[in-house]
Parts: sequence; structure tokens; C-alpha cells
Amino acid sequence: MVLLQPIGRAVLALLAATGRVALFTGPAVGHCVSPPIYWRAILRQMVDIGFYSLPVVGLTALFTGMVLALQSYTGFARFNAEGAVANVVVLSMTRELGPVLAGLMVAGRVGAAMAAEIGTMRVTEQIDALTTLSTNPMKYLVAPRIVAATLVMVPLVLVADIVGVMGGWLVSVTKLNFNSSTYLLNTLTFVQTMDVVSGLVKAAVFGFVVSLMGCYHGFNSRGGARGVGTATTNAVVSASILILLLDYVLTAMFFGA
Amino acid sequence: MTAKLSLRDVTKSFGSKTVLAGVTVDVQPGESLVIIGGSGTGKSVTLKCILGLLEADGGSIHCDGREITHARGAERAAFLSRIGMLFQGAALFDSLPVWQNVAFGLIQGRGMAALEAKDVALTKLAAVGLGPEVAALFPSELSGGMQKRVSLARAIATDPEILFFDEPTTGLDPIMADVINSLIRDRVDDLGATAISITHDMASVRKIATKVAMLYQGRIIWCGPVEEIDHSGNAFVDQFIHGRADGPIRMAVRAG
Ligand SMILES: Nc1ncnc2c1ncn2[C@@H]1O[C@H](COP(=O)(O)OP(=O)(O)O)[C@@H](O)[C@H]1O
Ligand SMILES: [Mg+2]
Repeated sequence: MVLLQPIGRAVLALLAATGRVALFTGPAVGHCVSPPIYWRAILRQMVDIGFYSLPVVGLTALFTGMVLALQSYTGFARFNAEGAVANVVVLSMTRELGPVLAGLMVAGRVGAAMAAEIGTMRVTEQIDALTTLSTNPMKYLVAPRIVAATLVMVPLVLVADIVGVMGGWLVSVTKLNFNSSTYLLNTLTFVQTMDVVSGLVKAAVFGFVVSLMGCYHGFNSRGGARGVGTATTNAVVSASILILLLDYVLTAMFFGA
Repeated sequence: MTAKLSLRDVTKSFGSKTVLAGVTVDVQPGESLVIIGGSGTGKSVTLKCILGLLEADGGSIHCDGREITHARGAERAAFLSRIGMLFQGAALFDSLPVWQNVAFGLIQGRGMAALEAKDVALTKLAAVGLGPEVAALFPSELSGGMQKRVSLARAIATDPEILFFDEPTTGLDPIMADVINSLIRDRVDDLGATAISITHDMASVRKIATKVAMLYQGRIIWCGPVEEIDHSGNAFVDQFIHGRADGPIRMAVRAG
């Protein structure tokens, strides 16, 4: 009995939180697809989220691709299967690491910023002020961020895929004595459309999740600077967990037996 | 005559803490009501309940005879398009320059062209004593008193028929406070607006109000024309307007 109580309480809290997020998601998505649509705000957010994430996502992808080549080479050498390095790199990058790493990086960079900005607007009554000025805060603040993040994550991850493959190629050619054109040919013949597409679908889903968590926690923050800090942390943590969880779900959907 | 705004037994609690225990007050068209009361007595909460930013737990709020207590969607939007609100903490949008803050309701709410809205914004800024050089600055570059005035300009930008001012003169020097008080009074006298203001400053009360209501322990304990405030016969009101520490209102401080 005593043992079950905290478990029950945690489950109830989780269910309540899920319900609150669901109640937020419904109208948020509704405002994304119903007019008026703030195109200029969407464009600005896309530049903010996509363009300015390029350096951090690019660097992450580059080093990941390099490490992948190095690791799989030393591993496969034991089975005399060094030729598979190109395949491993392109498959891991497009299917998994491109979207997941970009998603986690964007969660840290963009999700946190969204929660902090919207949270500050909440605790300084700017969101209330929007309402009194005949502007729906969900439509004006939340919808453009969700639309922009969902759309812009796709090209961002495509860039990450390419940079990651190039990282693997760089290490393979300069350190592991692969022939450059053979490596690239191996990559191109091995990779299938589905590998890339599944990764890009993940990208869009992760972009949606990151912006949703950033907006949700910002929107519901209370209690001054400290509340905004908590909202920021919660946005990043919940987005990261959801990314890893949904990554499994989506992988199972695409490739599961 | 139907009241412009009418509150009946409005209650509001946060958790176990009751803030409004049954607020009843009427404001007629063209009247300027000032709510006075100690800090933390629920004056701001009262305004937010009327605006729908907080939902009242009980009682009813009517505007022009129509119930708006729990109005949502289009009904709430219709009401909000007729009001202007100055928040206690100014609540300016810190990502937008001053003129866009003032013009926000015109551009976003009414769909006015930006150029035209900027002209209106500059006029409203001039009315609160701010020159065009302020228009391009961001709110973080202004002093507290200037932010208050920008927020006031934003509240009156659409010439709304119902105005709410939450401590409009707090943080202003006495001369600027008097300018703002006159501005608020002109809105009511010349433009026929209806206003509800909150203030601690008795000079403001005498200048702005046609009617005064005192909030204490979640209820309106006295309400009457501003001329009667000095002979209200109410010990609470007397203590408040003279700012005396001893009287029936006990402050929650303990002698240390
Ligand atoms: N959103 C809220 N959540 C919890 N308590 C609140 C909230 N808003 C106001 N209160 C409480 O209600 C009381 C009245 O607040 P307020 O109306 O701001 O006072 P004032 O009369 O000074 O404007 C305060 O004790 C405050 O702590
Ligand atoms: Mg207040």
C-alpha cells in the first residue's frame, strides 16, 4: 500500500500533464491552419530556428559522421568488412542520427529560447495585453513558431545528413585510405529513398515537438524569473525525452516488422 | 438607464485564498469610477475578471445589459474590441519599438495600414507628453514612468468606449501625474468614454473620479460620488483618504 501510493500519484500526475498538453495542442494546431496566418512572423521564426541553427547542427553532424566512420572501421576490421563503412555512415546519419541530433540541438537552442521568451511575456502580462488588444496570443505567438519549426527542421536535417556523410567521407579518405570515388559511389548506391524520407519525417515531427513544448511551458509559466527558469528547463527536458521516445515509435512504424 | 458595466456578487479565490468575496458595483455610461483600497485587496483582480483574463468563480458581470461573465470566443472578442486597458506593470511588448506598441491594436486588431497607424500612434504619444524621438526606441530603453505613459497611449489608441487604468500615475512625478489625470478626465468628459481606474493617489482620485468605490476584504464597503468622499461617514474610507496608520483597517504587520 505505502509503496503503491507514490507510483499511483506519479501516474496520475503524468496523465494530468498529458491531458493539459493535449488541451493546449488542439487549439494550437487549429490556429496553425486557420486564417489569419502571420506569414511574416513564420518567416522570421524560420530564419531564427533554421538558419541560425545551421552552425551548431552542422558541427554536430560533421563530428558524428567522422566518429561513425572511425568507429565502424575499427569494429568491422575484425571481420574484414571494412568496405561497409560508407553504408553504416549513410544509414545511421539519414535514418537516426541526423534527425535525433538535430532535434536535440534545436531543443536546447530553440525550445529553450521559446519557453523563455513566451514565459517572460506571460509573467510580465504581455500575453494578457495581447488579449486586450484583440489579438489571440495562441495565434500570434504559438502558431507561427510551430509552423516554422515543423517546416524548417526538414531542410535543416537534410543539411545535417549531407554534412554527416561528408564527415565520414573525410575521415575515410584522409585517415583510412579509402578511395574517394568508391566511397561516394558506395554511399549513393546503398542509400534508399526511404532512409532519407523516414529521417525527414522524423525531423518534421521533432520540430513540432520542440516548438510545442517550448510554447506550452512558456505559456503556462508563472511566478516571475524563477518560473521562467523552470519553464525553460522543463521545455528542454520534455522535448528531449519526447524526441527519443517518438524516435523509437517512428522507427518501429517505418521499419518495424 | 442600463449600466455600462455592472458587477453583482463577483467572487474569486485562488486555492483556499478568497480575494473577492462578493463585489457589487455599477458604472453608468460616461461615468468615471475609481476603485481605492490597500494593496493586495484585489483591485487588479477585479479588473481582470471584467476583462475575462481571470474567470470569476461566482456572481455575474454585465456590459450594456448583456452577461459577459463567462463569455468566450466571438462574444469575448466583441467586448474586448470596445475596451482599452493600462496594466499596472505597463506590459509593453519588449520586442517591438514604442510606436508599434501604441499602434498594435490599430494594426493587428483593426487591420489599419502601418503608415496610417504610425501617425495615430505619434498623436497619442504626444497626448501623453512623449515626442516623436521616443517612437523608435524600445521599451527597455525607457524609464518606468515613460513606459507607463506609452502603455497609456496604447490603451487609448483605438479610442475605446470603455477604459481601464490600473494605477496610471504610479511612478510619475506630480506634474506629469496631473497631465495624465487630465488626459483621463478628458477622455470621459469630451469623448464620453466610461472609465474604471485604480489608484492609491488621493490627488488622482479627486481629479479623475466622478464616483469612488472602496474595496476592503473582498467587498465594496463604500461607494458614492467623489464629492461625498470627505463626508462618507465611513471610518475605513476616512482612514484611507487621510493615510493614517491607526484606525479600523489593520495592516498585517507586527510590531517588532
Ligand atoms: N494569478 C494569481 N494567482 C494567485 N494569486 C493571485 C493571482 N493574482 C492575484 N493574486 C492574489 O490576489 C490578491 C490581490 O491581488 P491584486 O488584485 O493584484 O491586488 P491589488 O489590489 O494590489 O491590485 C493578492 O493577494 C495576490 O497575491
Ligand atoms: Mg494591483
